[in-house]
Amino acid sequence: MSQLHVQATAEEVREKARAIRRRNVEIIRAAGLGHIGGDLSAADILATLYFAVLNVDPEHPDDPERDRYIQSKGHASGVLYTTLAAAGFIPDSLLDTYMADGSALNGHPDRNKVPGVETNTGPLGHGLPVAVGTAIAAKLDHSPRRTFVLVGDGELQEGSNWEAIMAAGHRGLDNLVAIVDRNGLQQGARTEATNALDPLDAKFAAFGWAVRTVDGHDVEALLAAFRAVPFERGRPTCVIAKTTKGQGVSFIEDRVEWHHKVPSAEQTEQALEELS
Amino acid sequence: MSERYDCREAFQRTLVDLATRDERIVAVVNDSVGSSKLGAFEQAFPDRLINVGIAEQNMVGVGAGLANGGRIPFVSGAAPFLTGRALEQIKADVAYSNTNVKLCGQSPGMAYGELGPTHHSIEDLAWLRAIANLPVIVPVDPIETEAVIRWAAATEGPVFIRIGRVPVPNVNEPGYTFALGRATTLRDGADIAIIACGTMVERALEAATFLAARGVEARVLNMPTVRPLDREAVVRAAVETGAIVTVEEHTIHGGLGGAIAEVVATEAPVPMRLMGVPGVFAPTGSALALFRRFGLTAAGIAESALLLRRAAA
Repeated sequence: MSQLHVQATAEEVREKARAIRRRNVEIIRAAGLGHIGGDLSAADILATLYFAVLNVDPEHPDDPERDRYIQSKGHASGVLYTTLAAAGFIPDSLLDTYMADGSALNGHPDRNKVPGVETNTGPLGHGLPVAVGTAIAAKLDHSPRRTFVLVGDGELQEGSNWEAIMAAGHRGLDNLVAIVDRNGLQQGARTEATNALDPLDAKFAAFGWAVRTVDGHDVEALLAAFRAVPFERGRPTCVIAKTTKGQGVSFIEDRVEWHHKVPSAEQTEQALEELS
Repeated sequence: MSERYDCREAFQRTLVDLATRDERIVAVVNDSVGSSKLGAFEQAFPDRLINVGIAEQNMVGVGAGLANGGRIPFVSGAAPFLTGRALEQIKADVAYSNTNVKLCGQSPGMAYGELGPTHHSIEDLAWLRAIANLPVIVPVDPIETEAVIRWAAATEGPVFIRIGRVPVPNVNEPGYTFALGRATTLRDGADIAIIACGTMVERALEAATFLAARGVEARVLNMPTVRPLDREAVVRAAVETGAIVTVEEHTIHGGLGGAIAEVVATEAPVPMRLMGVPGVFAPTGSALALFRRFGLTAAGIAESALLLRRAAA
């Protein structure tokens, strides 16, 4: 299969991420709905994956040998759809229907409506188990295809993740990469004030994973990490991406109230300016 | 009809045969190799038996991921835990995502009678019947179990199959073919209809013999597909017999009887009686003792049919 985007440079990825963020803010403003904090938090990760890492082809989204990207934090559908549009999986004009009546773009992604979506997420703690399944399938096929799964940090409070993390470690799934969007905030408060996750790296390591912590907004650092996977043969890979919820927009950054607030017309203008 | 069989044997035999012919077939279990009778499968295909340990949510998610990778996973575990523990995974990862996952609920109903209500699966049909895009099937005997497993392997899409442990006789003839959403008439009659599934079908047939001796000709339908329901057979039974008794190894709330009542009430209202577990947690007892306790016997069904006819007259 063709590898359309794997050649993008860090500077090109950064420009893609800026464009994705701008479009993401626009569609949330238009819909009057969305999860802006978690979208902006993950934009650099998605841009890096889609334009420089994943072996996927928008012309053949069902190619059996494609890498799998599974977004467990389904509420961040805004950044997923915007990235899929930027990568050519869906037309950009479709983004204008985000969450509108009858649109293919639900608030949470539906694989049967949107090419490039691997599994329907939204309830938390579902992506990692499915990713373990796609990774086992690749092993059974002796295929080099890989699975990248993005999980929110607050989401790791769901027990199903730890069932999957344990199974992946036990099976030594070194074709599986879990990326934790570690912005430290969940819907209602800080993760550490709600149900603490730290030391998160030690927890993954104790379950048999090879772990690295990187700056989730530093494209070079993300590229270096993703290009180095698996970090260890015979172990699944965990990239803890330290991020800021709402990254790129000053009045949204690291503010818990912006989990799913919608910017006003004025705020939208300011956000777009900051992101230009 | 005297010889009785554990349907899990037909399940495992058929799965091994299918796996021999089609390498896409894999089994996913939650430390349930023994209770799913998959020892022979594991021996023949060690790489294709994926045991995730005691972790039902992960088990169902892994099944969805394997299907995403082109495999045909038969996800098998004790029915109460597969359905209750992983209900949201069944909804989101399997039914709503429309993945090619075959959910196999083993030892359902009150098969684990003595172990108590935690281990009874008498809510599974209600839980799963409420989910869109998920056929719910209760094979009645080993012949139908084999037919359903073969149908599931050959048919793209999600399905739940309830595989019985309480021994049952074959009520179907060899060569029987399964069709989704189709009931079979095991005995014809125009005085009353008894519609049952699973372990209750042989008891319904016996009840019909008992009723015939009292001059009441009962029609007996085996209804293996709880969803989508054979609405036409239900309406015909209502119109042609004027009264319907439903019998299932399940709570009377929301299972086969509930499904039939929805059709009868809206399309052909006639008096009904719903037999099953009457909305309680069962006391301690073997499956057969609990069947007796709740009147789920040939005599109990016949009595219920006579009472219904009297009330309807």
